[in-house]
Amino acid sequence: MWYLCYFLHRLLDYRLPEVEALAKLYGFSEGEKPGQGLQWKQAPAHHPDSPFYYVFLPNEEVAHKIASRSLLLKGMYEVWGEGNSKEELIEAVSSYPEERKAPYLAKDHTFKIVVDRFGKVLSSSEQKACIESIDYVPFQGQVQLKNPQYKFWLIEIDGQVVNNGLPPLEGKHMYFAREIGAGDRSLVSKYELSRRKYLGPTAMDAEIALLMATQALVQPGQLVYDPFVGTGSILIAAAHFGALTMGADIDIRVVRDGRGPDCNVWSNFKQYNLAPPLGLFRADNNMPPWRNNVSEIFDAIICDPPYGVRAGGRKSGGRKMLNGKRDAYIIPEEMRKDHIPSTAPYTLEECVHDLFDMAARLLVMGGRLVYFFPAARDECSETHFPKHPCFTLVSKSEQILSTRWSRCLLTMEKTQRYSTEEADCARDRHLEFKENHLQILQASKEKGNLHSVVFSPSGGAAGPDLQEQYGANGQTNQESRPKYRGKYV
Amino acid sequence: MRLITHNMLSCNIKGVTNGYPLGIEASRLETKESELNPEFLRKIFPKLEWKALRDAAHSLGLNDLPEHVEPSMLEDADFLKNFHHALLEVHLEEGALICPETGRRFPVTKGVPNMLLNEDEV
Repeated sequence: MWYLCYFLHRLLDYRLPEVEALAKLYGFSEGEKPGQGLQWKQAPAHHPDSPFYYVFLPNEEVAHKIASRSLLLKGMYEVWGEGNSKEELIEAVSSYPEERKAPYLAKDHTFKIVVDRFGKVLSSSEQKACIESIDYVPFQGQVQLKNPQYKFWLIEIDGQVVNNGLPPLEGKHMYFAREIGAGDRSLVSKYELSRRKYLGPTAMDAEIALLMATQALVQPGQLVYDPFVGTGSILIAAAHFGALTMGADIDIRVVRDGRGPDCNVWSNFKQYNLAPPLGLFRADNNMPPWRNNVSEIFDAIICDPPYGVRAGGRKSGGRKMLNGKRDAYIIPEEMRKDHIPSTAPYTLEECVHDLFDMAARLLVMGGRLVYFFPAARDECSETHFPKHPCFTLVSKSEQILSTRWSRCLLTMEKTQRYSTEEADCARDRHLEFKENHLQILQASKEKGNLHSVVFSPSGGAAGPDLQEQYGANGQTNQESRPKYRGKYV
Repeated sequence: MRLITHNMLSCNIKGVTNGYPLGIEASRLETKESELNPEFLRKIFPKLEWKALRDAAHSLGLNDLPEHVEPSMLEDADFLKNFHHALLEVHLEEGALICPETGRRFPVTKGVPNMLLNEDEV
């Protein structure tokens, strides 16, 4: 059956993937034959960022479950009628099958009517007038404003108004619908970073972290790993959905010490009464200390790799040694105990390679790798994303950072087992990265690193590549994407 | 650090071929009770190196794990209890993990093992 999704006007690119992930979580995704699975449908006049979508789901129960756990849905509805004018709406509602309407209109039920105009706040007198105008539905039940059994919605779109910066939807449109389920954003405020005790500069926003956990299909009893755990903000979301967690980080001060005995990664879990991580350890994603034969232990790997905007990636191995400025180190025995190993910059390319190799090996079949990948705004498409033979891309959600840069949340599913072939290939690549450290680093600097591009005034520190791409004056081609997305997303 | 973590980690110094299992030097152990989750134990069981877990538990004075195991034992409540206790309730708070081949000490402080290698080990 087709249900109407009415989305919130935020994180536009995350909205459909969230519903798809939740549908899968509740056992509905790919049908046996094409055309049976989850499908989307939009009114022809609506642009892709419109808040209104129809979704095909097997039954009301699944629709209700999805809506109730969604952060980005305002609600999910069974539409009784829609039209471009009041007359069309009345016509549509009265021709909607009687047997679908009658059970909800009967005498012994309580109900409430909600009036909503997209992008506009209605005064109570306007609302009252709208409600009174609904004389075309024969309500017989009792009105009850608190906890009614049924909620009916009159949703209107005023075609003339520029809604929240969205390009206007063409023409006036109205829906009359019964609510199946409403989104619940209480989790977002519960996990809000401003109330979290231990925070780092790259702590993941609570809403995004929860959406990441949904994309990873986190369920109770699963084991979830974050190789760049930091203050634990991603694992907290996973733990909320019942997962057991493990994390690693190259910075020992973050994982071991925090800001004291009551302000560290452990205390963050304690603050929300969540099961503490099964294990935290300090390790380098470039040289992870897993035993050789460990495989398929994690149900999901969720992370925000350090790509150098707020915190640059580091890997072990002496900086000077990798740059060829000095020969191999020998650390004298008496110095070993307190020796602090120096680290070298870790390019995004190498970091993603290591992440894929580790995930391909350690994820169960069907397990998901959910991570952020930075991209230039006009490069945020499948052809630019890293690929791996063991993984299939499930969804991508772009979030705009500046006029030129975005980050994309990529959800990959493990669809092929890790073989010795992949292991050999990964080992060769690892050595290649190590031997050519200096050249790779230089090349990535020439391209203009993310930090300089994100924070410099346009055209300033951008490398030659970018200059060329964006024209001599460093101006982005503003035509490529409508500007409103950057402003409100 | 719980023994589940110990079971998955090895010494990955360049050239080391027998970096597993890591020996345990325990200066401070702590036992923290946690809820037994049979489903999780059954799921994780086939992924573990049993001998390494048993030997590690033994070195910490936990002698209740049998030498030989088979999946049918996962239905036994007493076994699950001992398994859960050794795997998830005993924490190495202070001490070190020792590479069996080179003797390299990986310090464990505040329950967090430091597996980062020095420049001459990568």
